[in-house]
Amino acid sequence: MARKKIREYDSKKLLKAHLKRLAGIDLQICSAQVTEATEFTELANAEPWLSSSRLVVKPDMLFGKRGKSGLVALNKDLSEVAEFVKQRLGKEVEMGGCKAPITTFIVEPFVPHEKEFYLSIVSERLGCTISFSECGGIEIEENWDKVKTVFLPTEKPMTIEACAPLIATLPLEIRGKIGDFIKGVFDVFQDLDFTFLEMNPFTLVNGEPYPLDMRGELDDTAAFKNFKKWDAIEFPLPFGRVLSPTESFIHRLDEKTSASLKFTVLNAKGRIWTMVAGGGASVIYADTVGDLGYAAELGNYAEYSGAPNEEEVLQYARVVLDCATADPDGRKRALLIGGGIANFTDVAATFNGIIRALREKEAKIKEARMHIYVRRGGPNYKTGLAKMRVLGEELGVPLEVYGPEATMTGICKEAIDCVMSAA
Amino acid sequence: MATGQLFSKQTQALFYNYKQLPIQRMLDFDFLCGRETPSVAGIINPGSEGFQKLFFGQEEIAIPVHSTQVLMIPNVLIEAACSAHPTADVFINFASFRSAAASSMSALRQPTIRVVAIIAEGVPELDTKQLIAFARANNKVVIGPATVGGIQAGAFKIGDTAGTIDNIIQCKLYRAGSVGFVSKSGGMSNELYNTIARVTDGIYEGIAIGGDVFPGSTLSDHVLRFNNIPQVKMMVVLGELGGKDEYSLVEALKEGKVHKPVVAWVSGTCARLFKSEVQFGHAVRAKSGGELESAQAKNQALKDAGAVVPTSYEALEGAIKETFQKLVWREDLRHQRDHAPQIPEDLNFAIKSGKVRAPTHIISTISDDRGEEPCYAGIPMSTIVEKGYGVGDVISLLWFKRSLPRYCTHFIEICIMLCADHGPCVSGAHNTIVTARAGKDLVSSLVSGLLTIGPRFGGAIDDAARYFKEAYDKNLTPYEFVEGMKKRGIRVPGIGHRIKRGDNRDKRVELLQEYARTHFPSVKYMEYAVEVEKYTLTKANNLVLNVDGAIGSLFLDLLAGSGMFSKPEIDDIVEIGYLNGLFVLARSIGLIGHTFDQKRLKQPLYRHPWEDVLYTK
Repeated sequence: MARKKIREYDSKKLLKAHLKRLAGIDLQICSAQVTEATEFTELANAEPWLSSSRLVVKPDMLFGKRGKSGLVALNKDLSEVAEFVKQRLGKEVEMGGCKAPITTFIVEPFVPHEKEFYLSIVSERLGCTISFSECGGIEIEENWDKVKTVFLPTEKPMTIEACAPLIATLPLEIRGKIGDFIKGVFDVFQDLDFTFLEMNPFTLVNGEPYPLDMRGELDDTAAFKNFKKWDAIEFPLPFGRVLSPTESFIHRLDEKTSASLKFTVLNAKGRIWTMVAGGGASVIYADTVGDLGYAAELGNYAEYSGAPNEEEVLQYARVVLDCATADPDGRKRALLIGGGIANFTDVAATFNGIIRALREKEAKIKEARMHIYVRRGGPNYKTGLAKMRVLGEELGVPLEVYGPEATMTGICKEAIDCVMSAA
Repeated sequence: MATGQLFSKQTQALFYNYKQLPIQRMLDFDFLCGRETPSVAGIINPGSEGFQKLFFGQEEIAIPVHSTQVLMIPNVLIEAACSAHPTADVFINFASFRSAAASSMSALRQPTIRVVAIIAEGVPELDTKQLIAFARANNKVVIGPATVGGIQAGAFKIGDTAGTIDNIIQCKLYRAGSVGFVSKSGGMSNELYNTIARVTDGIYEGIAIGGDVFPGSTLSDHVLRFNNIPQVKMMVVLGELGGKDEYSLVEALKEGKVHKPVVAWVSGTCARLFKSEVQFGHAVRAKSGGELESAQAKNQALKDAGAVVPTSYEALEGAIKETFQKLVWREDLRHQRDHAPQIPEDLNFAIKSGKVRAPTHIISTISDDRGEEPCYAGIPMSTIVEKGYGVGDVISLLWFKRSLPRYCTHFIEICIMLCADHGPCVSGAHNTIVTARAGKDLVSSLVSGLLTIGPRFGGAIDDAARYFKEAYDKNLTPYEFVEGMKKRGIRVPGIGHRIKRGDNRDKRVELLQEYARTHFPSVKYMEYAVEVEKYTLTKANNLVLNVDGAIGSLFLDLLAGSGMFSKPEIDDIVEIGYLNGLFVLARSIGLIGHTFDQKRLKQPLYRHPWEDVLYTK
């Protein structure tokens, strides 16, 4: 599903391997990954430089500003690195409002340096923006006026001329080297379907470019082209996004099917739950509950689309229902089984899976005093809606059903009125 | 990007990668609009060619399908199809996400193609960017990827857009309204066609640009185009959080490039509820892109630029209604044709909705391939493999529709092994050998051998079983049975051998009898056959029980002794001729072997020698 951030360790690994292949530039960088599973003696055997160099260690968790947050240790030996990791592994930190434990570190040789350059490439609709600065590093944002930028349209090839404006003011002795490096990095960026890449900073070691810090994002829809080049790359979840067991169950289900199945718990104690067909509609249902002033009561975001089969819908609906009916507290709750007017999805067929799940969870639904609201249109919707109506009567669960004659989000207000009413 | 009208009532498309339903829906829409020509001129389908039969109203039409085995390269194929249909200027691409970019680029390169719609979701961003660059340089339009397409009401529709015929009628899409609509979401566009039809005279054109980060054409591209179409009197835009596309619309509005009212809403106000980045259904994430790409910021910017922006999605319908009612010219619209012709319903759909029923033409009770895995007589394939079933078990499932005990299925397997081959000289093998040597293929060689199986060759098992059963059940003594047959002029089947004698029994018969004596609960039919043999041997030394007689009689014991068949079932099995099936199946193994043998040995055409024929008058 589109752009995915990758770890610094992987960004560097890809850059090193493919810069050599595509541009003949042999980066002298080394890096090692440390997680809970790492055995330091084994790691030191595999990466001998760890024992012979002074080291840098920092979390590799897709968040920046690590230096400013005191999460980087410089000029340490391996035992000190091990100690640094031991003290922080699994410890929660707060970054940009997200709290999560640190699970992955990157360890590299400590490289004393003076010069800090900045380089970034961003994929845009009509081309790529390449930015470069001689004043990179921690203060880049303060020095943003010194960043030079070129826009390379998609149809134009990358040449030394194209990146000339970036490096025009560099001293002659390093200009060619850095120009070649930028061009090479761009070739890697394109060849490997990167969508974003940033080095802040890179420096020169013995006159050769040497990335110190790096961020990358790949376009995961291009995985089929890059199967070999990416080499079983990991796409970690964004920092702070810790999946609950139910969420990771749906996440795995989503990865296995050609359909789309999304599920995020917003508030486990929420009283309004949703299970909405369609990428566009699902967002609008969540919007509407919020716009009506009841964001705090919204239990989840959930979307299914791309014609999942009955079995997939069943497994999916079970999870949503389990969460929605957990810990009954005697107060009423509502479930919105919503959706727009489908273009080609067979509504009755997808409803079959939901109906099976509702039947299975009858007792829990009643215990949670769940009121169900259905709104959907599209191929075979009349059959689907009729089945839902019958189910409501059969189970004795309050269940309102609407078709395309009603507005799509009208059931949001009904649900809110229901859960807010005293009885 | 073209500056005005993309489609008309004459627009024709080439459809890449055949999909029956979307094409049929396009043709149904055409009929509904009163189009004279179908909107699909041709189909490009790598791997199959000829014509595809589809309905145009009540009638069937044949749409050419382009492809040849040689021209499998999509590039060449697309070029050939385009030159065959020079009037088709829209390319509807239903290729998978893997191949969509390459085939779309080929299509864009054709001078006749102006618009390419890409349905696939998951086209790599870099590939889409190439398409965008090429389309811009060559003044062409890309709709999608990851879209359902678009529709010009009353004129032309892409693929599955707007869903069912019922919905098209409901939303009055069979005739032009005056609202131009564009959204990211395909699902929501259909919802909005409905909403817009409720509060205005309906849409003039609707485009879903697709949920990707970089759509081939943008919201603002289409709004600017709508601005140049005189029949479009107002625009409705449904945006989404993420990306900056809405800002190019904001710019266009600020620069005064849009002269018609624009009602806009950007969904995704809920993103602030999420603490970390969350992947929504489309290629956008809550929290990524920062404040600028949030729904709130975009709605505010659109509002500041002069668009009508409601306070929520709920209020969008009201905003559209109010904007429409302010348009002064709308009085001229009263003469709109608001009825559509009836489209005959598809049988499959009518059956599904319970409106009609149709008799089936075939009934099957032994196997079912519709589920997750094929079933033989209700037993799934995984059980068959996991439980270590053999061929005998499969035969018992498919022929007798039940699981027989292992001693029975093993007996069936022994029969098959014993009858698999009987040397090259018997008539079946001989025919097969001659046919194989004539250079014919495996199936021809096999069936030419099988065709010899009948009353004289191999077909005696059933008859043996039939007569032994009849005699035994009537309590005839062997003497009465054999003499009775003689009087009726019938040789006793299962008795007699060309070579074997009373003092030199057929080894196969002995093996079968030994197995049955050890494993069968009862061998009464076999004992009866042995009694018959005892009597016939008194008449001539070669009247031994042969392998047909042994299998025939023992099969009766299997059927009766297993306790798994009722009397009428046993009669049926014997009557229908199941047991010859055993011989046919078994001997196929040998005949296939003979075919391979001859081919391996590169044997030339067989010609029977003159000397071996008695020429006589």
